[in-house]
Amino acid sequence: MSIDILIPLLAATVQSGTPILYATLGEIFTERSGILNLGVEGIMITGALVGFLVAKVTGNPWIAFCAAGLAGASAASLHGFVCLVFQGNQVVSGLALTILGVGFANYLGTSYVGQSAPGFSRLPIPFLSEVPFFGAIFFNQDVLVYITFVIPVVMWLFLYNTRFGLNVRAAGEYPAAATAAGLNVVACRWLGVLAGGFLMGLGGAYLSLAYTHLWTNNLTAGRGWIAVALVIFAFWRPGRAVFGAYLFGGIMAMQLRLQASGTPIPSSLLLMLPYVLTITVLVFSSWRRGKTDEPAALGTNIAPAD
Amino acid sequence: MSAIRIVKRQEPLGWSSCLVLLAAILISLVLSGCILFIGGTPPLQGLAALFKGGFGSRFAFEDSLIKATPIFLCSLGVAVAFRLQVWNIGAEGQFALGAVGATWIALSFPGAPAYLLLPGMILMAVIAGGFWGFIPAVLRQKLKTNEIIVTLMMNYIAILILDYLVYGVWKDPASFGFPMTSEFSSSAIIGRIGGSNFHWGLVHCVILGLLCWLFMSYTRIGFEIKASGNNVRAARYAGIPYDRLVMLVLALSGALAGWAGFLEASSTINRLQPSIMAGYGYTAIVVAWLARLNPLYIGIAAFLLAGLRVGVEGLQLDLQVPAAFGGIIEGLILLTVLAGGLFTQYRIVTGAKK
Repeated sequence: MSIDILIPLLAATVQSGTPILYATLGEIFTERSGILNLGVEGIMITGALVGFLVAKVTGNPWIAFCAAGLAGASAASLHGFVCLVFQGNQVVSGLALTILGVGFANYLGTSYVGQSAPGFSRLPIPFLSEVPFFGAIFFNQDVLVYITFVIPVVMWLFLYNTRFGLNVRAAGEYPAAATAAGLNVVACRWLGVLAGGFLMGLGGAYLSLAYTHLWTNNLTAGRGWIAVALVIFAFWRPGRAVFGAYLFGGIMAMQLRLQASGTPIPSSLLLMLPYVLTITVLVFSSWRRGKTDEPAALGTNIAPAD
Repeated sequence: MSAIRIVKRQEPLGWSSCLVLLAAILISLVLSGCILFIGGTPPLQGLAALFKGGFGSRFAFEDSLIKATPIFLCSLGVAVAFRLQVWNIGAEGQFALGAVGATWIALSFPGAPAYLLLPGMILMAVIAGGFWGFIPAVLRQKLKTNEIIVTLMMNYIAILILDYLVYGVWKDPASFGFPMTSEFSSSAIIGRIGGSNFHWGLVHCVILGLLCWLFMSYTRIGFEIKASGNNVRAARYAGIPYDRLVMLVLALSGALAGWAGFLEASSTINRLQPSIMAGYGYTAIVVAWLARLNPLYIGIAAFLLAGLRVGVEGLQLDLQVPAAFGGIIEGLILLTVLAGGLFTQYRIVTGAKK
C-alpha cells in the first residue's frame, strides 16, 4: 500500500476512533468506581443530539461540546439514582437508559435529520504537524482529537497517583473495606458515574460536531456498546483503551473507504465488520485474562447500612 | 440523629407491591408527558391519544393483542435466561434469525402442503434462533466472554444478515427494487382463528407460555435454573451442571425468539422485509422485568407494552409525534420500576437510629 493511501487512512482511523475513545474512557472511569453502566449508547446519542442542538442555537461549538458533556452526565445521573439511591439492578438500569436515550435523541432529532450545525474543523498544530508520517496522522486533526491525547494521561495520573483516585478505585474494588476505613463509597461512585457520563456525552458530541457535522437518527450506531466491550479489551486501563479505540477506528475507516471505492462486497457485509470484530476482540481478551484491573465489586450495589 | 433511613424488610412486600408498580408507571407517564411538552405536543392530549390509540377501540385492542404475540414469546425466552442471571440481550437478533430460517424454508418449498411446510418453518426458525443464542452461551462458558455484549453485537449482525438476504439473493424480482422477498405461498401462512382477526399464533403463545411455566415450576431442570440463578457457587457445589444449563437456557431463549420471528414472517407480514425488525426483542426485556419473569405476568405486560406501541403509532398519525417516543416511555417505565423495587425490599423509617 502506498504511503499516499496509508496516511489518509490512518488519519481517518484516529478520527473515527476518537468518539469511541471518549466513551471507553468514560466507561472505564465509571466501572473503576464499581458501577457497571450499560447506558453508554443512550448517553452518547443524547450527548450527540444536545451538542448538535446547542451548536445550532448558539453557533458556538465549544459551548455545544460542554453542553453535550453535561447532558451526558445528567443522563448518567439517572443510572446513578436508580443504582445508588434506589438499589436497582445495574444491568437492567443501563439497558433502560440506552432504550430511553436512543428514544429521546431520535424523538427530538427527527425534525433535524439531514441538517448541519457549526462544528469543529481541522486545526493543524504548528511544527508537530510537519513531522513526517506521524504529523499528518496525529497532529493534523481537530481540537477534540488532541483533547483525547491528554485525557488518558490525566485519568491514569488521577486513578493511580492521587488520593481521590485511590478512593474511587477502592469503591470499585472493596466497598465494604472502604466504608470501614471511613470512606464515603456512595460519593466516590457518584463521581465515577457523573464524570464517566460526562466523557460519554463528549464522545457523542464528537460524532455530531466533528465527525459527520450533521444529524441523522441512530447516529451512534452501536459505538456505545463497542465502548463497553473495549473496556474489557483495555483491561480497565486508560492507556490500553487508546489502542482498542484506534483498532475500531481503523476498521470503520477501512469499511467506509471500501464502500466508497465501489467494491462488489455488499454493504451489509461490510457494515458487519465492527460488530464481528467486537466479538473477536472480546474472545481474545477473555482468553488470557488474569492480570486485568477489573474492579472486584463491579456491578454490585452497596446495601444501605442499618 | 433524626433522619430518613432505609431498613431491609424481613419479609418481601405483599400485594402492596402492586401499588409501587402502579405508582412507578404513573410517574413514568408524567415524565413522558413532560417530554411530549418539550417536543411541542400538548401533554394531556398526547397521553389521551396514546391510550385511545392503544386500547380505546376494538381495532386498537385487536392490534395490540396481535403485536403482543412476538413480544410475549421473546420475553418468555428472555425471562428464562434472566432467571439464571444470564443476560440475554439478543432476543432481537434471535428473532431476526428465526424469521430468516422460516423464510428460507418457505421460499425453498413453495409447493409443499401446509401440514409439512409450517412445521418445517417452525423447526428451522427454532433451530436458527436457538443457534444464535447458543453461540454466546458457548463463548461465555468456555472462554468467559461477556454475554451481554456478545448477544447485543449478534443482534446487529443478525439484522445485517437479514438485510443482506432481502437486498440481495432473496429479493423479489417483481418488487420494483424494494428490499423484500416474494410473498409466501398460502400454505406457508398461518391462518386466522375462525372468522376473527387473530391468527393461530395467539394459541401458540398460550401453549408455549403454559409449557414454559410447567417447565420452570415442575421439572428438575427448571428447579436447577432457579437455584443456580440465586447462587451460582452453591449450585455448582450441589453438582448442578451449570455450564450445560447456561447453554440450554440460552438456546431455549433463542428458540422462543426464533419462533416469534417465524410468527411475524408467516402471519403478520407474509414475507421477509427489513421492517420486520421493530425492536420487539428490546421491548421483551422491559416486559420480562416488569413481569418479574413470571410467564402469566409476562402475558399481561406484553399486551400493555404492545398497546403502548400501537398507541404511539396513533400518536404519530394524530399529532405527528415521532415513533421514537415509544422508546422513551419504555425506558422511563423500566427505570421507575427498577427504582420502585427499593420500596418492595426496604422500609423507609424516620427517626433516630437505635
